[in-house]
Amino acid sequence: MNKINRGTEFPGTTHKSIPRKIFGHKLAIPLLVLMAVVVQNIITTPNFFDISITNGLLSGYIPNILDEAAELIIITLGMTLVIAVSGGVDLSVGPTMAIAASFCGLLLNGSEYRTDVFQNPYILAIFIGLLGGALCGAFNGIMVSYLKIQPMIATLILFTAGRSIAKQITHGQTIYIMNPVYKWLGVQIPGVPVRTTIIVSMVFVLLVVLLIKLTSLGLFVQSVGINNSAARLVGLNSRVVKFMVFVICGVLAGAAGLVGSSSVGSVNSGELGMSIEMDAILAVALGGNSLSGGKFSIAGSVIGAYTIQAITTTLYAMNVRADQLNVFKAVIIVVIIVASSEIFKERIKKLFIRLKQLLPKIRSTLGNIAQKMLRRRGVQ
Amino acid sequence: MNIKLPFTKNALPPVTRKRISNTGILLIITVTLFFTLYIASTILFKSSNFAKYSVFFNLLNNKAHILLLALGLTVVLITGSIDISVGSVTGLVSMVIATMLTQKGFDAIWTIPVSLAIGIAFGVVQGFLVAYMEIQPFIVTLSGLFFARGMISVINPVSVPITDKTFMSWSGAKVYIPFLFNERKNGTLDIAYLTPAAIVAILVLILLIIAMKKTKFGRALYAVGGNPQSALLMGVNVRRTKFQAHVLCGLLAGIGGFLFTLFAPSGNPGNGVGYEIDAISSSVIGGVMLSGGVGLPVGTLFGVLINSLIERVVPLLGITEASWPRIITSAFLFVFIVLQSIFIGAGNKKGVSAILMQKIKARISAFPKRFKRIFQRKKTYPDK
Repeated sequence: MNKINRGTEFPGTTHKSIPRKIFGHKLAIPLLVLMAVVVQNIITTPNFFDISITNGLLSGYIPNILDEAAELIIITLGMTLVIAVSGGVDLSVGPTMAIAASFCGLLLNGSEYRTDVFQNPYILAIFIGLLGGALCGAFNGIMVSYLKIQPMIATLILFTAGRSIAKQITHGQTIYIMNPVYKWLGVQIPGVPVRTTIIVSMVFVLLVVLLIKLTSLGLFVQSVGINNSAARLVGLNSRVVKFMVFVICGVLAGAAGLVGSSSVGSVNSGELGMSIEMDAILAVALGGNSLSGGKFSIAGSVIGAYTIQAITTTLYAMNVRADQLNVFKAVIIVVIIVASSEIFKERIKKLFIRLKQLLPKIRSTLGNIAQKMLRRRGVQ
Repeated sequence: MNIKLPFTKNALPPVTRKRISNTGILLIITVTLFFTLYIASTILFKSSNFAKYSVFFNLLNNKAHILLLALGLTVVLITGSIDISVGSVTGLVSMVIATMLTQKGFDAIWTIPVSLAIGIAFGVVQGFLVAYMEIQPFIVTLSGLFFARGMISVINPVSVPITDKTFMSWSGAKVYIPFLFNERKNGTLDIAYLTPAAIVAILVLILLIIAMKKTKFGRALYAVGGNPQSALLMGVNVRRTKFQAHVLCGLLAGIGGFLFTLFAPSGNPGNGVGYEIDAISSSVIGGVMLSGGVGLPVGTLFGVLINSLIERVVPLLGITEASWPRIITSAFLFVFIVLQSIFIGAGNKKGVSAILMQKIKARISAFPKRFKRIFQRKKTYPDK
């Protein structure tokens, strides 16, 4: 009876060593990767932490990364929720961005493709753009929740058709919006020294965190994601939860589209948010979230998104071309996901146990060899 | 008392017709759709010669590479997995071939083993990660897509036209089909032909049909896709089967890349963008269920033909923009996916969709029976 170790009986009460506590934490891997990238940057670029004000804007490496990551962060928030609730991914965020921006551009420009006068109020255009995003999200949501189609396949439809639809909305043209007010959202509001994209992304992070903390949405999302039928048996309307999450993801994607189009001052449905869905999935995976649904952490995803943007910026600084970037990203994805997979962890554990078992044998054999050598030398 | 006598109509067990399977019904829909579309376009667009044999065979000639990719995806989808890297692998293969021929001065023969090797390499790595490391296939093949697309521009960031004579002679070769010709207005013959690529694609299709139907490997694919746990209990090596499926898909993607280069002989960084979507939509329209375990290679052929037909018909409707075929194909994809979800819902034996499905199935499965009866009568009473 005395030999029973209570610590092993109740997993909650086990004592963990400090390094295990640190490395066992959810956010350990993303933070480690981010730190590695930052350290690499400090070594290669000595003025990494320099921040200066040019043209009334904060500029430097760090503000740059924060600015460029804005779209990705807004998308990642929605993607985190979608992955958590359904265990699948929303592929259509990039095209949704294009559709939302096209709606906005159409309302602002009317029938012309290059003007500097707004045809409709800007607020209305933003609202319609977000509504367009919500529509795309609702389409995906209906397919996933009510028709029970795998999310990846359901969103594949908008993924293939979305950019073409966006092109049809803008009559096949790239729309240029020359009014300086349009750039408020994506570049700078006059008088504010911080880029608006940074502020907007922070606001959206705050909004989503509040939505999760203040309402029971976060809890519902987790319970549906962990076990859909159990959640239904408990009395949750899992369909509505899934539908809601897809709509939220659509709205967020629409917002990212508006920010993205505003920062370049034009709506180009072929370019806007190209392959951002891949980056967003990668960010969620990097953030330590399980891609098969269930528990999620917004903080992890945000860190993951910043990490990816930092990696991208670093690689650009190392003169890697944009199209070659994908090779590195692919290798990073595979390494991280393999490292965080259960089977890999088990194998590593088994390997360690084996090594421990082998250690005395190795020691003894080494000792024998050494003794023999010594003897021989002694004899000779 | 309501006594039911044996051998009366009432006492017979419920209708003993052979029930039609999900595979069958999806295939029937696809084939009917293709022929309806084809006949409709023959009637609607008389000037564009849909009634000619050569036009029909060109549908296949133009999409032989997509057919191979779609066949690979059919295999993988049947095991319940997915491979979205095939389009990028196609692009990579075409770029490697172009670089080998124009800049490194290799013989044209060497391009065949190299393209196969590239495909198999992708298949092996992805298959290992999916089957033995149990990582989500979507993520694995997504990074495969990234990797291949990036490697294209690492190898060569600009477009490389192929000028090698041997390769171009393969590319321009035509195999005329005897007896299938139409007369042109000026009196010359318009003989239907197949490109070597199309012949390879058809051969692969036939081999795959036999393999899926007759071999242990083919049956294991269906078992694994249908229910991996019961497949495991039956003694099927689930992991190995998934691995093999991915390797086969990679191999077919390699061949598809080679055929694509025959079709469009140049290495271009934009080659094969979106082909994975074409391939997936072709196999889904062809009746492959994305949940695994259901599908036939023949259906995939018709899926590819439908896509090819849409691409040909849409410009004739007066729509010149390149974006419309994509939208229409996606609409078809949407319809078929929704149909599939209704089939899955029908498995529950509750709800509207189940009842609807039962009625439809009964109607369709009654059809061949009626024809059978007619033939049986003829057989049982030979000419008196």
